[in-house]
Amino acid sequence: MIHVENVSNNWGEFSLKDISLNIKEDEYFIILGPTGAGKTLLLEIIAGLHFPKEGKVLIKGNDVTFLNPENRGLGFVYQDFALFPHLNVKKNIEYGLKLRKVAEDEREKKISELVNLLKIKHLLSRDVTTLSGGEKQKVALARALAINPKIILMDEPFSALDENTKSKLISDMKDLHSKGGITFVHVTHSQEEAILLADRIGIMMGGTIVQVGTPDDIFYKPITKEIARFVKIENIWEGKVKEKNQDEMTIDVNGKKVVALPDHFKVGDEVRLIIRPEDILLGKGNTSARNEFKGKVLSVVKHGFYYVVRINCGFEVEAAVTKQSIENLGIKEGKDINIFFKATALQVIKR
Amino acid sequence: MLSEIRRNPLLILFFILGMVIVGYIIAALSHMLYSQLVLHPGEFIAVIKDPVVLQSIWLTLYTSFIGTVIAVILGIPLAYILARYDFHGKDIIEAIVDIPIIIPHTVAGIALFSLLMKRGAVGTAFSKLGIVFQDNMWGIVMAMFFVSCPFFVGTAREGFKSVNPNLERVARTLGASQWESFYQIALPLTFRHIFSGAIMSWARGISEFGAIIILAYYPMIASTLILARFNTNGLQGSQPIAVLLIMVCFVTFVVLRLISKRGAKR
Repeated sequence: MIHVENVSNNWGEFSLKDISLNIKEDEYFIILGPTGAGKTLLLEIIAGLHFPKEGKVLIKGNDVTFLNPENRGLGFVYQDFALFPHLNVKKNIEYGLKLRKVAEDEREKKISELVNLLKIKHLLSRDVTTLSGGEKQKVALARALAINPKIILMDEPFSALDENTKSKLISDMKDLHSKGGITFVHVTHSQEEAILLADRIGIMMGGTIVQVGTPDDIFYKPITKEIARFVKIENIWEGKVKEKNQDEMTIDVNGKKVVALPDHFKVGDEVRLIIRPEDILLGKGNTSARNEFKGKVLSVVKHGFYYVVRINCGFEVEAAVTKQSIENLGIKEGKDINIFFKATALQVIKR
Repeated sequence: MLSEIRRNPLLILFFILGMVIVGYIIAALSHMLYSQLVLHPGEFIAVIKDPVVLQSIWLTLYTSFIGTVIAVILGIPLAYILARYDFHGKDIIEAIVDIPIIIPHTVAGIALFSLLMKRGAVGTAFSKLGIVFQDNMWGIVMAMFFVSCPFFVGTAREGFKSVNPNLERVARTLGASQWESFYQIALPLTFRHIFSGAIMSWARGISEFGAIIILAYYPMIASTLILARFNTNGLQGSQPIAVLLIMVCFVTFVVLRLISKRGAKR
């Protein structure tokens, strides 16, 4: 649906470096990355609001690199909603229809369809400056949907909203996407939004796309140390492949032997091991996990509804555990404890 | 507000110092109005009936109006570019636009005279087209335009800056051309700034004198006439014109302010 080919751009502070991306039809694609990664600029290049210095943008196979935004027929939703303050809700929604010279009865039909879909019928004659954040975002969405776009681009659409409004809008977005016919490209720095909404995620860092994959790929199998850190994995261990057979490979980490699935690595390769803190189990034994180590608890920190326990077992391990486990196992600083994890949960990358 | 002032000595001090400014302006104007309208009403009435005086006030108002129209037509695009884009030399252009505010009026007059006089670089070219600036209405317009355009450009630029550029971007994605997103979104949202910038520019044009007497002493605008009458007849001859000019300006600007406020409410 959308092909971005080797796009580069330089806009002073923000620069894009050789970005290639292939977004499929009807997909909910999330571009996830820290602030300042150039996400908005990439989205605006897809929309035609900026033209790239190098590279191409194709939509449905047509080269649109230098096509003006008004001729692309894409919907765009901004974080700040960007509602026209001099027009009321209805006039905002019908703005694109009027530009297309759609007849009045057709316009009315489309508007009533949209306000019923998004449940904002009661707002139609309101002044947009009096709306709440969630209402504004729905109006912005209705305005974008009014022109029957095949693609909707959203720049941090939920970042200016409170938590409750945000979760409601996220479920609205899911419903909207499940109806089909629209490809969504959604830029955010929120991992929560990415997990809840994305079919696929593109991780953007330092002006380029560093990994594309399903949420499982991204959050369990990050391909670089930086991505692992960004998705909040602190368990990044450096090691060396010692042995390898058909079923497993053994990696030396600080003198300890960690077992992982055999990969394309050879004996002697220097590697990094990455594992999510949720995949580290604590306890006294009796699991099927191939890795088991004795360790000492370094610290226990409350993290919302779970606890992060740091353990030294020859190398430092971070485990995320429930309050109940902390109590049952009597976990506290200085206590000896065993840790377990499955070989299949380990992601091995080149160093 | 009053209870707040009582508990805030700094506010009291600031209020007193601030009132000096307001009082100074009121004193100067009210003294003149009082002595003219109350003590010497006869002379004032004679002035109202004097066609030369009325002609000069009318000339002042409409030359400044034409100067403002030129400032609006040429100033909106410049203000938009300065508000929306960053480019090399932008600081220099902004500084150049402000020059008319900082140079003495007579200096502006000399500069314009050498450029626009009949034998001047630009004056020669225009005189072939039948437009003369030296001692002509167009000279007054050009002097007023020169000194007042920075006020318009500055206000309009702040107006465009206050409009979220994402509004125009969204309009583009909804199908608006560059021109449509400008006149349907940016322009209406800047209307109030443009209007008040135009009022300022017009007021500045009316108050100009130094540059005008050098470039176009004739036909006489109100300020020139006031000076001429002051030199020949003293305060007695000039003050009634000054009073009339103030009254005309004051009423006009109050009306325009009201219109602008109503426009903002819409």
